[in-house]
Amino acid sequence: MKVLVAVKRVVDYNVKVRVKADNSGVDLANVKMSMNPFCEIAVEEAVRLKEKGVATEIVVVSIGPTTAQEQLRTALALGADRAILVESAEDLTSLAVAKLLKAVVDKEQPQLVILGKQAIDSDNNQTGQMLAALTGYGQGTFASKVIVAGDKVAVTREVDGGAQTVSLSLPAIITTDLRLNEPRYASLPNIMKAKKKPLEVLTPDALGVSTASTNKTLKVEAPAARSAGIKVKSVTELVEKLKNEAKVI
Amino acid sequence: MTILVIAEHDGKTLAPATLNTVAAAAKIGGEINVLVAGQGIGAVAEAAAQIAGVAKVLVADNAAYAHQLPENVAPLVAELGKGYSHILAAATSNGKNILPRVAAQLDVDQISEIISVESADTFTRPIYAGNAIATVQSTAPVKVITVRATGFDPVAAQGGSAAVEAVAAVHDAGTSSFVGEELAKSDRPELTAAKIVVSGGRGMQNGDNFKLLYTLADKLGAAVGASRAAVDAGFVPNDMQVGQTGKIVAPQLYIAVGISGAIQHLAGMKDSKVIVAINKDEEAPIFQVADYGLVADLFEAVPELEKLV
Repeated sequence: MKVLVAVKRVVDYNVKVRVKADNSGVDLANVKMSMNPFCEIAVEEAVRLKEKGVATEIVVVSIGPTTAQEQLRTALALGADRAILVESAEDLTSLAVAKLLKAVVDKEQPQLVILGKQAIDSDNNQTGQMLAALTGYGQGTFASKVIVAGDKVAVTREVDGGAQTVSLSLPAIITTDLRLNEPRYASLPNIMKAKKKPLEVLTPDALGVSTASTNKTLKVEAPAARSAGIKVKSVTELVEKLKNEAKVI
Repeated sequence: MTILVIAEHDGKTLAPATLNTVAAAAKIGGEINVLVAGQGIGAVAEAAAQIAGVAKVLVADNAAYAHQLPENVAPLVAELGKGYSHILAAATSNGKNILPRVAAQLDVDQISEIISVESADTFTRPIYAGNAIATVQSTAPVKVITVRATGFDPVAAQGGSAAVEAVAAVHDAGTSSFVGEELAKSDRPELTAAKIVVSGGRGMQNGDNFKLLYTLADKLGAAVGASRAAVDAGFVPNDMQVGQTGKIVAPQLYIAVGISGAIQHLAGMKDSKVIVAINKDEEAPIFQVADYGLVADLFEAVPELEKLV
């Protein structure tokens, strides 16, 4: 079974982002970039499926700038077999990304597509669901457990207040949540080997996909700053403040 | 303008997040209709008809919509939604699951987790886990939007008298089926819905010590969360993690116990109304966002706090 994994290059989760002075976006100059944490979990799950003998080939795809090749190489070092970069310098909406992924799905015909549930930059949580709509496949979003059996996949999903399990016919789309697995680190020999694995570069034009959008970001601002409050001297004073000043208990 | 709001429910009762979503719809302005999709959902539909400001309730009661599988519900919403100017759902696990599928079927971009309505086509939403706020305009003929409940005060659950109309359309994609669910039996409220959250960090030292926080939380009617450091150290399971890659919370009161205040944790809780930090390290960054800071040993302060509240 072929598994397609989509990964996104984003600001590293440890970086404190700053809004640009002209409010056109966040300042990404000289900022550490990494693979989106939920995408790392997606790669790990695919690698585990291959180790179990369920998956036979892992294709990793990213849609983004030339530099997203770094994240694809990381995925290759973690165990993906080959990579595809759909190169696009502009910021694409989730729908545009889903349309490009649909074109890749048509080309590659995977039985399972695994994506992160959301990217930690745009925080949209849309792409997997949109890809499922465009392909007509079933979707197992926010997955904490994935079991492939025959032509079905059982996906346990993290939902508000607990977990839900659904059974999907293959091919299917899965988006990962935090509890699905703990991603491994790439070993040095595997990082070296990954440099020799195939990486194909495509363009939206070559895939025949329009990336036009109905959303326009007018401005990006820093959130209202939170100023430090006061230090209380004792628990008694704290309780008094919470009761009488803040009125929250 | 007519706005379709997707009701949030568990098949038996209407979830409060629906009221916040209707509040967002009211800010946009225009006629508000509510869609209740599920099976055996008469009580939910009745409750929806009572919501203040709702003109019409559409009820799609069919086995195909039981458990609100997105493969079946999304085509229904897309079909009904074509005639509306906006489709809104709460940004719950259900809303997040279904609505992007609807947007793609309508070939429009979605706007996720809005926290304010600037005009009928312009909204603000947090990005980078709330470290920036984007103002986004939609030119879509049907604007598909999820609503972050903490951004809108709920409308009244009573006072409306909407017409209830049955929807006959049945969509059954046949690609998915419900197997089962395990809902947490905890008497404590759910993290993202709780009015008070008590969270512990690495300073708790081990999982057993979290009992101190559970006792305090039960007295306050609060949910219990944790920092990534506490989760990574194995003190508690990671469904308790509050932070950029965990749960985003915005309660009335957030009590951070033994949490230093890493960026990734602050991103998940800094929209709380009142923040209390208890930490023995007075240099801890958590004090920079706390309304009330207490420099103290948590093993003394927490039991004392529990006695006094």
